[in-house]
Amino acid sequence: MTYLAKPKFHHPGLPKNDLGFTHRDYEGSISTLCAGCGHDSITAAIIEACFELSLPPHRIAKLSGIGCSSKTPTYFLGNSHGFNTVHGRMPSVLTGANLANRDLIYLGVSGDGDSASIGFGQFAHSIRRGVNMVYIVENNGVYGLTKGQFSATADRGSKSKRGAINTDSSIDLAAVALQLGATFVARSFSGDKAQLVPIIKAAIEHEGAAFIDVLSPCVAFNNHTGSTKSFDYVREHNEAVNFLDFITPRAPIKVAYEPGTVQIVEQHDGSKLALKKIAADYDANDRVGAMTFMQVHTAKGQIVTGLLYVEPESEDLHGHLGTVAAPLNALNEKELCPGSAALEKINASLR
Amino acid sequence: MKPTDISAPDYFHKVVDCQWACPAHTPVPEYIRLIAAGRYSDAYMINWESNVFPGILGRTCDRPCEPACRRVRVEKEPVAICRLKRVAADFKDDIKGRLPKPATSKNGKRIALVGGGPASLTVARDLAPLGYHCVVFDQDPKSGGMMRTQIPKFRLPETVIDEECNYILSMGIEFVGGKRIDSLKSLLSENWDAIFVGSGAPRGRDLDIPGRKEAAKNIHIGIDWLSSVSFGHINKIGKRVIVLGGGNTAMDCCRSSRRLGGEDVKVIVRSGFEEMKASPWEKEDAMHEDIPIINFLVPKEFTHENGKLTGILFEKVKAVRDEKGRRDLLPTGEPDQLVPCDDVLVAVGQENSFPWIERDTGIEFDKWGMPKVDPKTMRSTNPKVYFGGDSAFGPKNIIWAVAHGHDAAISIDKYCSGADINDRPPPTVAVLSQKMGIHEWSYDNEIAPDKRFRVPHRDKVVALRDIRAEVELGYDVELALKESHRCLNCDVQTVFTGSLCIECDACVDICPMDCITFTENGEEADLRTRLEAPAINFTQDLYVSDALKTKRVMVKDEDVCLHCGLCAERCPTGAWDMQKYLIDMTHADHQCRAPARSAA
Repeated sequence: MTYLAKPKFHHPGLPKNDLGFTHRDYEGSISTLCAGCGHDSITAAIIEACFELSLPPHRIAKLSGIGCSSKTPTYFLGNSHGFNTVHGRMPSVLTGANLANRDLIYLGVSGDGDSASIGFGQFAHSIRRGVNMVYIVENNGVYGLTKGQFSATADRGSKSKRGAINTDSSIDLAAVALQLGATFVARSFSGDKAQLVPIIKAAIEHEGAAFIDVLSPCVAFNNHTGSTKSFDYVREHNEAVNFLDFITPRAPIKVAYEPGTVQIVEQHDGSKLALKKIAADYDANDRVGAMTFMQVHTAKGQIVTGLLYVEPESEDLHGHLGTVAAPLNALNEKELCPGSAALEKINASLR
Repeated sequence: MKPTDISAPDYFHKVVDCQWACPAHTPVPEYIRLIAAGRYSDAYMINWESNVFPGILGRTCDRPCEPACRRVRVEKEPVAICRLKRVAADFKDDIKGRLPKPATSKNGKRIALVGGGPASLTVARDLAPLGYHCVVFDQDPKSGGMMRTQIPKFRLPETVIDEECNYILSMGIEFVGGKRIDSLKSLLSENWDAIFVGSGAPRGRDLDIPGRKEAAKNIHIGIDWLSSVSFGHINKIGKRVIVLGGGNTAMDCCRSSRRLGGEDVKVIVRSGFEEMKASPWEKEDAMHEDIPIINFLVPKEFTHENGKLTGILFEKVKAVRDEKGRRDLLPTGEPDQLVPCDDVLVAVGQENSFPWIERDTGIEFDKWGMPKVDPKTMRSTNPKVYFGGDSAFGPKNIIWAVAHGHDAAISIDKYCSGADINDRPPPTVAVLSQKMGIHEWSYDNEIAPDKRFRVPHRDKVVALRDIRAEVELGYDVELALKESHRCLNCDVQTVFTGSLCIECDACVDICPMDCITFTENGEEADLRTRLEAPAINFTQDLYVSDALKTKRVMVKDEDVCLHCGLCAERCPTGAWDMQKYLIDMTHADHQCRAPARSAA
């Protein structure tokens, strides 16, 4: 960790966004993670994404559980709402918060331990319900805080720093999210911000459960030969299916592409994603195709990255439940307690 | 771009902007750290080796280092480098024991130095300890040259001049005061082994307009007048004074006038206020003493009555730019303005003057009447005769004179020992890791957000009463400590070892100034547009690594790096390290012969 605060001075030519903020304004306090941790790069990517989207920091809620990954919300968006839940319970707290105040942008940050072990069920249900959120798993395959035991996402056959071989099957959280009905599923790599930042931006714009599995090498315990989550291994086995070139809020896409090289996905709010194809026959709107593609390539030892699946006509939990359009804190007493006559009416409808 | 060769001595030298800008290449951050550590004597000696007159320069330097200071680019105001130098001089202990001893045995070579100012004294300081017999001639009774005669005592007390000149003269140097050299030819006939000319730019430019002769009694040439004031020959002036000219001499003239009875003192310049040659701080100090600076007035005539000056008639002008962008002063057409006054000080420039150098001494002059001098060796066309200071290339300043002196001393030493004067040893460079432990560095890497601290001044009423009362009181220890913390330690370099890098981006993410980028290589012009933050300051280099594992390169824009070391703190593999760069400029007194000093 670093003891000094990051100096407040910034580059005099730093660009400003529509709100007049520089990306420095989206920072939190200085990271206490190990030097070189992939999580810090994801932190930087989140900062960059929020900066580029010109999000007002006070309209974002960041929630996390326990673990190295779950410490990171302290290091970004210092002026946003935050909730550090007990281990693995971030999805429930996020769901509750979202139901109470649907106007905020919800950013769930979790790790492979928090989401694939103790909070696996929580993860599953929040995805299944389609909570409108960005769910980022900072996936390093080890329990870093307890000195590097294999986590549930460690690949079978991979080697720990001490030389032990993992004999358990791994959980592929992106595959599980696809199977559970997530309407936005992506995988990326902490060492590739060019890929990661646009994905986070698109996930924030997406309405519904957006899940991003980010491989994030643990420099202290999982960056050695034999690891399948090291910088070198991920770079060598990265099989990107597409590159999210840019997203346009509502304006038409101006750049001309060769036919067949780009897939344009229009989202619920009218924003458009331009997906530059890398794997020619990959269709990011095909859930079953995506699952098959991933299975095939994972079997070959490849790590499939990119925007794996996006459902254009997505709907979130509020849509399913038909909840009131305003956040609960915006309702007055009369609206919250409509009186005994209204209760009678409800009761009658249930008889 | 090709990978940066950081072993070239100049590469990191340029990153230390202040040191690079200093003609004598004083290791500025090094001495500022010593001041912060309370090691004033050590800080003084570092200065003394480079610039010879720390106490004098700490009050009077033109400070080319300060506009260059990186702090200007990341904050606003530079570190008060000059005034911190003074702190070292003010709070040092007795350092006489640390000065070079007079040579125990002489080498039999005799060097004549014409003029007793900073250039000559530097040459003598560098040569005397090597065994040379140096004789300094000056027209004035005391040494110091323009430092003593032209800089008013309220800016530079006599005691400081005496102290620092005596450090040099006590190294066994002969000073012949009150002797003006009138003929180089006869000096050459005295069989000196080498002659150094450091006679300055002693002639003040006059203003030949109507009325000059008639009113001559109350019209004075600035530098001559200052010199007379300095030696006590003049101690009063009229109540209404006009100073013509916009340089530092003009500022000294007007402020001196205020102390000698001038109540209504004005500075009047031809061109615009912004274009004045005087340092901004000197203009400020003058205005603080209720001296208005009036611009765009061209003097046309000295008005007089019965042989006595009554005022100056000015033509009003405005600045107009022609199509080539050159500035021209054109009359506005408004009626001329008469400004009444009792005395006029003309400070419109200085000139070199070499009536004492016969044209058949082997010294060639150019069409402007300046000797032809090699800017590297300071040698004239006569192999025995060397020039330095204002007499070499026209009026500059003290710190340039010192730099010339060092260079000339090397040449004279080489020449007298039969070596080739063009064969000059390069400066020695030491680069040393500052890592002491995990997140522990041997320098203070925390960045102080403070604004520049003001130097306390003497109360104006008291200061104006006595021309010898120093106006600036200097920083006290507490202020000096605070100001020294503003230094960004630009000499502690970010050194990158590509073979250790795992491209985790930790340095990119932590860098507060967005200096570091990992990207595909390209031509410089293209690379500069592809960095994390725009690299639009073309005077600052890009530090480019070899191709890394992913075939990308690391590019660091040196421009606004705070040298905070966070890249090195966040680097998991030690690919970044903070290393102190110390360059020891070649002087005649050491590297030419003995090994260099070590890092403090």
